[in-house]
Amino acid sequence: MTGSTTTDLPLFPFFNTASPFAPLTEADRATIDDPLTPVQLPTGQRAWLVTRHADVRQVLRHPGFSADFGRPNFPMLRAVSLGSDEDRQGGFIRMDGEEHSRLRRMLTAEFMIKNIRRIEPLIQETVDRALDDMYDAGPPADLVHSFALPVPSMVICHLLGVPYQDHGFFQARSHTLLDQSASAESVATAAQELRDYLRSLIEAKQRSTVDSEDLLSRLVNERVRTGELTVGELVGMALLLLIAGHETTANMIGLSTLLLLQHPGHLAALRADPTLAPGLVEELLRYLTIVRSGLPRLATEDIEVGGHLVRAGEGVIALLSLANRDDAVFGDPEDFVLDRQAHQHIAFGFGVHQCIGQPLARAELRIALVELARRFPDLRANAALADIPGRTTSVVYGLTELPVTW
Amino acid sequence: MSGGQPVRITVDRDRCCGSGNCVVTVPEVFDQDDAEGLVVLHQPEPPPEYADRLREAVDLCPAGAIRLDE
Ligand code: SF4
Repeated sequence: MTGSTTTDLPLFPFFNTASPFAPLTEADRATIDDPLTPVQLPTGQRAWLVTRHADVRQVLRHPGFSADFGRPNFPMLRAVSLGSDEDRQGGFIRMDGEEHSRLRRMLTAEFMIKNIRRIEPLIQETVDRALDDMYDAGPPADLVHSFALPVPSMVICHLLGVPYQDHGFFQARSHTLLDQSASAESVATAAQELRDYLRSLIEAKQRSTVDSEDLLSRLVNERVRTGELTVGELVGMALLLLIAGHETTANMIGLSTLLLLQHPGHLAALRADPTLAPGLVEELLRYLTIVRSGLPRLATEDIEVGGHLVRAGEGVIALLSLANRDDAVFGDPEDFVLDRQAHQHIAFGFGVHQCIGQPLARAELRIALVELARRFPDLRANAALADIPGRTTSVVYGLTELPVTW
Repeated sequence: MSGGQPVRITVDRDRCCGSGNCVVTVPEVFDQDDAEGLVVLHQPEPPPEYADRLREAVDLCPAGAIRLDE
């Protein structure tokens, strides 16, 4: 299914400009056929769009669907160069099988629930400080820049051992990396600059004689020094963690706040009973599913999906956002329901690549929203919904700004 | 024991990707080890009243690493 250039197939990714809460416009949605829709990608490749919850889960869990971008015909959501082999080292979200699990397993214990519980006081402190500062600076404020972005960014910097004072540098570059409308050159430059930055940070940790407890220092001491991991691989892993650690949660906090401001009853309920937070967080994850352009995979064998044969060599896009609104799984899926038991959502993906940082993301979201609701009972948006800018072309959807007052 | 059929859980640590969904769903039965963060079982033959939550854990396991025999 590759190589075609003229086509009347729907073009994918869809860039939604209608509403921050709808995964796609009515017009784009009307182009989707169940269960699989052929679409054309920016590279000229064709791929199957998979939108049902059961089918998306099957694709993401099936070992016959590869996540390896380096394979010929892999469906690319934008025309960027893959970079050299060296550039791709350590990027385990784009690897399969043993290659993937070797690297992922060096990190799983770090992010598991019981270890995240230990750092909850740090998250709480970070949230408290950011909200103190926002309050003291007085209304109005941009909640994205005062709160949603700094909190996860400070937490991941602390965990990794990356100096937070460099946040301007790495936030600007990770923004470019995720922007599907950025030129291939600017993406390559941003990636190179981030890699160079992380490499010198890691090399400094190698030279350091002080015993540091941060994750990158421990990986240097326990894995690089023992020969289990190369510096190039660690650079790639650090890049993934740094970007995923601040971009995803930051966008969830901003977008969740805006959604809750549209549902003051939910916000009041959360203020009155913070034990509602874990359930609310699951529903926010389902409803907002910020990885809106889905997850690309390449079939390496013939596999039946939704009663349709996907042939080896064909690409599929697992559309998490629509799977999370599948009425076969979630009743009234278009409604945002405070106490819905949404545990089956796949906002973190599914299969062996499912987000490794999900316990961290959940804890950050929960603590951030509870504290925001508690301290700012009069919080309200300071702009009309239509005027609040969204990251419509980003791999990770969210708000670029959220003007608020109280 | 209540009158239900006994259930048996087996896990495949080679498949496990350490997502921890099982630990959230049935903390009485599942845990993750400190070194690798992979699934470990507190009890391979949990009481039958856990069956509903165990089925949910099987369903939510992204790696298909949990098997339930009822
Ligand atoms: S849910 Fe599955 S993958 Fe996740 S920790 Fe449990 S067994 Fe491992």
